[in-house]
Amino acid sequence: MTRTRFVDTAVEALGVVPDGATVMIGGFGPAGQPVELVAALLAQGATDLVVVSNNAGNGEDALAHLIALGRVRRIMCSFPRQADSWHFDAAYRAGRIELELVPQGNLAERIRAAGAGLGGFFTPTGYGTPLAEGKETRVIGGVPMVLETPIHADVALIKAHRADRAGNLTYRRTARNFGPVMAAAARRTVVQVAEVVPAGGIDPETVVTPGIYVDSVVRLDSATTIAGTKGAVS
Amino acid sequence: MTLTRQEMAARVARDIAPGSYVNLGIGLPTLVGNHLPAGSGITLHTENGMLGMGPAAVGDEVDPELINAGKVPVTDLPGAAYFHQADSFAMMRGGHIDVCVLGAFQVSVHGDLANWSTGAPNAIPAVGGAMDLAVGARDTWVMMTLLAKDGTPKLVEECTLPLTGLGCVSRVYSDLAVIDVGPHGARLLETFGTMASQVEDLLGLALTTPAGLPQP
Repeated sequence: MTRTRFVDTAVEALGVVPDGATVMIGGFGPAGQPVELVAALLAQGATDLVVVSNNAGNGEDALAHLIALGRVRRIMCSFPRQADSWHFDAAYRAGRIELELVPQGNLAERIRAAGAGLGGFFTPTGYGTPLAEGKETRVIGGVPMVLETPIHADVALIKAHRADRAGNLTYRRTARNFGPVMAAAARRTVVQVAEVVPAGGIDPETVVTPGIYVDSVVRLDSATTIAGTKGAVS
Repeated sequence: MTLTRQEMAARVARDIAPGSYVNLGIGLPTLVGNHLPAGSGITLHTENGMLGMGPAAVGDEVDPELINAGKVPVTDLPGAAYFHQADSFAMMRGGHIDVCVLGAFQVSVHGDLANWSTGAPNAIPAVGGAMDLAVGARDTWVMMTLLAKDGTPKLVEECTLPLTGLGCVSRVYSDLAVIDVGPHGARLLETFGTMASQVEDLLGLALTTPAGLPQP
């Protein structure tokens, strides 16, 4: 791995995402969404994308627009249907996007498996349900299990709270969600943070994502990072 | 009297042992949190990455980065811990959570659960953590009205809707009765404002009924 690069804009951090790339997007609901990085992807123009994300866009956000513009060929997610997922809903009903619905825990663990170099894992989740149809099964310790395979990505876009100059990351509250596992599962990990501190500015005991997984970092004064946190951000 | 939603929640809360780690599903089960007695030492898990979840956030407490699995802003209590998604579901799947309370469209007498899809042909599917939660906790309880709005029983011999998990539910708390389900079938534990035979008639099922419950 190369050392983490620090840049000034989301566009520079994103760099070139080729057509057909698999892109992981962190976040669960509003927490941990790398809003500006996905907006940069929208502006950059890559198409025929495979997106791995818990949700399939909300309202008029950048992921929803990528889907509306037909630039997402396939999405792997656990919860596409939302009150405001109209762009996904329309694309799905029109057959313009392929959906692989993945139970949330399987999504997280399949991403983790990729980062950990595993070929997959057997899990009780989903056994006997439509989402396990056609998958290899095995009874282990008396429990029927389903084989699930890793999910790799070309690029991961995530939001953390603080980075030090060695690329180590910490997160805030439930915004951590998919960030740490996605950071390890992608060939290139792009991170937006609210704060950058010198190397040593994060206690090594509290590092959540070590810098080895982080390729580029941009500091952004993201409204969603700061809102409502008076006094909570040290 | 049959139970209201809040009374159902209070009834579920009464059966959660002090000191338990508990996950409350989205919807009806969320109400259980309002009825956990102070000082019970019960810790709430939310699968988007937190133990020690507190009540819904109000006013200045609202933080878009502190939400529950239903994406509602919440608070954290002293002693709370945050972790990533893979850890959160490992904690669940690994049997470390004592009780998970879920809503349901259908539960079978054997404990099969259907709670993620109505099977409607043009519906947009979504599963979230339902399948992981159903099989992970030591005890998975369902909290639901015993009948759908159209009067159709939701406790059934075999689920007809797409399954969430097989044999994963151990108990159903409803507005009319508390019923254990599992490998040996359904067993009526308690009725509310109704007699055991009436519950059987409504469901069209024969339930094991211990002596002592109101009989005709």
